[in-house]
Amino acid sequence: MLNYLWGGMILIGIAVAAFTGKMPDVTNAAIDSSKEAVTTCITMTGILSMWTGLMKIAESSGLIKILSKKMAPFLKFLFPEIPRNHKALDYISTNIIANIFGLGWAATPAGINAMEEMQKLNHNKKYASRSMCMFMIFNMSSLQIICVNLIAYRTQYHSANPSEIIGPGLFATFVSTVAGILFVKIVERWKYK
Amino acid sequence: MSFLILISDLMVPLIFVFIIFYGYSKKVEIYDVFVEGAKDGLKTVLQILPTLIGLMVSVGILRASGALSLLEKCVSPLADAIGYPKETVPLTFMRLISSSASTGILLDLYKTFGPDSFIGRFVSVMMSSTETIAYTMSIYFISVKITKTRYTLHGAIFANIAGVIASLWISNLLWGN
Repeated sequence: MLNYLWGGMILIGIAVAAFTGKMPDVTNAAIDSSKEAVTTCITMTGILSMWTGLMKIAESSGLIKILSKKMAPFLKFLFPEIPRNHKALDYISTNIIANIFGLGWAATPAGINAMEEMQKLNHNKKYASRSMCMFMIFNMSSLQIICVNLIAYRTQYHSANPSEIIGPGLFATFVSTVAGILFVKIVERWKYK
Repeated sequence: MSFLILISDLMVPLIFVFIIFYGYSKKVEIYDVFVEGAKDGLKTVLQILPTLIGLMVSVGILRASGALSLLEKCVSPLADAIGYPKETVPLTFMRLISSSASTGILLDLYKTFGPDSFIGRFVSVMMSSTETIAYTMSIYFISVKITKTRYTLHGAIFANIAGVIASLWISNLLWGN
């Protein structure tokens, strides 16, 4: 998809520039933007590495594991049909905790394991089960408590207070997640009962 | 609402303190582990850099050519009618489709309007409360060969719209004029 998206944006831009007479600007923009991508990444290297370093401590000390275990009652509410102590629940909680702390590399493998375990419980292997829908929607409703990348980007563009968005972001994240959960609960009750 | 700003200021220091003390209590050699983990950050950035170069170039061209302002003009009647900042419409849609392309547009908005402008703040909150749907859905469902995803897409879009509305509401409340 990015093949079309990326090429399309450039071609449309150049076509529009041909009409607006902004061809020189296009050339400069292409050169400047590529330079800017590198400077942005340099800023990001510092902030992101600081965060992944900190999170590694949380991981090594077993904090992430303990937090995952604390999720059990909440998971029972979200996934009532998955039997207790089923492996799927372990993977789901690992995925959720990793997402909350922005550990993308840890979240995705656990998420795929969770899907595989839920597929074992699934009666119709082509159709997504209720728990899969819940898991995916919950997952895609955004769970991250601190978007380190965003703070890095804001720093790069000289924000006076790059982290001021954490609190409001947390609020909006909470709203989207609750909306996702409600959606599944309501659809299930209305459609499949 | 000053409560939310307080959270912004305290969140990172609190996480530091908590994780360091917890690490001590479990006798983890925290500094060595930190350095080890920081290497992961380097790897992640190296993965992001090439995609960011590609997409910042294409968005930069779109902006410089005037195509983006043309698009903003096209959507402005509808966006104005519902009180949505028209400059952020392209980002809102791109957010659902591609994470790297939306980052390209986000950085363009920071550059054009500044991260501390209303637009800059609103898109920051919005980006942190939404998620790219297309990519996540494809990798997870393909991994277990599920072709009928039932209401997953509707639910994900619904949750993201809720996130966008909440972001706009809270941004207006905190930084609106």
